[in-house]
Amino acid sequence: MLDTAKLRPDFPILARREHGHRLVYLDNAATTQKPRPVLDAVLDYYRTINANVHRGAYGLAVAATEAYEDARKTVARFVNAWAPEAVVFTRGTTESINLVAGSWGRANVRPGDTVVVTAMDHHSNLVPWQLLCQEKGATLRMVEITADGRIDLADFAAALERRPKLVAFPYVSNSLGTVNPAAQLARLAHAAGAVVVVDGAQSTPHLRVDVQSLDCDFYALSGHKMLAPMGSGALVAKPALLEAMPPYHGGGEMIERVWDDHSTWNRIPHKFEGGTPNVEAAVGLAAAIVYLDRLGMDRVAEHEQALARTAIERLEQIEGVTVYGPKDHRAGVVPFTYGDIHPHDLATILDRDGICIRAGHHCTQPLMRRLGVPATARASFYVYNDVDDIDALVVAVRKAGELFGVVPA
Amino acid sequence: MSDLGDLYQQTILDHNRNPRNFRTVPGANRAAEGNNPLCGDRISLQVRVDGDVIREIGFQGSGCAISKASASLMTGAVQGKTTAEAESLFRAIHDMLAGGPDAPADPTSLGKLAAFAGVRSFPARVKCANLSWHTLHAALQHRAEPVTTESPSD
Repeated sequence: MLDTAKLRPDFPILARREHGHRLVYLDNAATTQKPRPVLDAVLDYYRTINANVHRGAYGLAVAATEAYEDARKTVARFVNAWAPEAVVFTRGTTESINLVAGSWGRANVRPGDTVVVTAMDHHSNLVPWQLLCQEKGATLRMVEITADGRIDLADFAAALERRPKLVAFPYVSNSLGTVNPAAQLARLAHAAGAVVVVDGAQSTPHLRVDVQSLDCDFYALSGHKMLAPMGSGALVAKPALLEAMPPYHGGGEMIERVWDDHSTWNRIPHKFEGGTPNVEAAVGLAAAIVYLDRLGMDRVAEHEQALARTAIERLEQIEGVTVYGPKDHRAGVVPFTYGDIHPHDLATILDRDGICIRAGHHCTQPLMRRLGVPATARASFYVYNDVDDIDALVVAVRKAGELFGVVPA
Repeated sequence: MSDLGDLYQQTILDHNRNPRNFRTVPGANRAAEGNNPLCGDRISLQVRVDGDVIREIGFQGSGCAISKASASLMTGAVQGKTTAEAESLFRAIHDMLAGGPDAPADPTSLGKLAAFAGVRSFPARVKCANLSWHTLHAALQHRAEPVTTESPSD
């Protein structure tokens, strides 16, 4: 386990009191809190080297460009990308996936083609493909999940028989915590001739990620779920694919030469970074990666999995609590319901004890339909959480049961 | 600071557990749907209005304790009332929850509906309490499109 007593002072927000209680932040799958080194990196950037990147003929602009490009190298190293130019900075996972759909998808998906997604995909790895398929007259095929919340491999194989153009799936489910066998899924999809898109929003913060050994084609990540600022993120892609893709946004920076009626494009990754980039976010993301690397991603994963195991065990001791998702192969995400108490009521009751959890459909409505619930409560952990947080959670959940006189569902 | 007991009053917990008028209404001549998609609260309301009197009213749907109890207590409160009386109750409840000119000076004048006075201290839950009332308002106004009380900022 990580030494949370040593880590917690790094996170100023954890000193906040909520309704007279210490803040117990358990909504990390939604976004994480930011440590001082990240806050300092953002502030220092503006205090010392702020200028527009890639164009200034003066020292300050060179320093800003170096900071931005160093951040790209840091992200590339963190996920073992093919090269620094394999990393396109975006606003996060949603924009990354929309970039793939809008550029690669529009150039390659034709009427009658199939795009495969899974029933556990977040709306941001589903809706862009719905839009693309509607525009192109292509078929969207959703792979089913098993009763214990894994991708149904038999149905996955059946979907691949359609020889899809593209297969998209999450590495880690935000609603269930399932860690999918991403390398295996990518291998199967490639064997069927598909391009592979991995939603890495929930895996990058929590596991050691190696995109080359996964051998996916596109990998999307969000910085704000891994200690970095909101609006930071990246698309990591095989350089040859990026080279062949048309631009996504037109504007400055992404061009090489501009004529009255046409233009030529900048090298990758700049071809996909039209407009002044969010340098502050990139610098903050690099600082977050340095912080996580210092902890060690293997220890981060082990810490969260241990917390999840303890939380599941403790919650399941409460009569009427149902925990969703698989028993093993799961990350630090614990979705649950408690008898007939609506998750929003649970969240309100927990909030009064300073405990922040998410209640709702977690942007996975097709999955909620399959689970047969309108919503779940979700506790999700990160590096600063510890067993005291689980104690507080369990006490507050029991309190909700007393208040409502819970009837096991 | 407000206490959880201000929100989850016994009346609300009771109506959540045993919602009244949780049914369809035969011969209904007014109907509306309320839907808070972010929350997942859904209500389907049916009303039989005779002249200008609400003779029968029933609801179905799913949601949190606040939204369910609100729908249950609303149906009880407006049954037998004229549509004008129901509309003025809608304004009183709306203003009690949101803070407005038609809020009753003394919530206890609303009878059992006073149970919702505490919701005002829980801003995130106001939309749950007023969904059923806005749905009733839409039904009486013959509005076809589904109602929501979620704002884009939710």
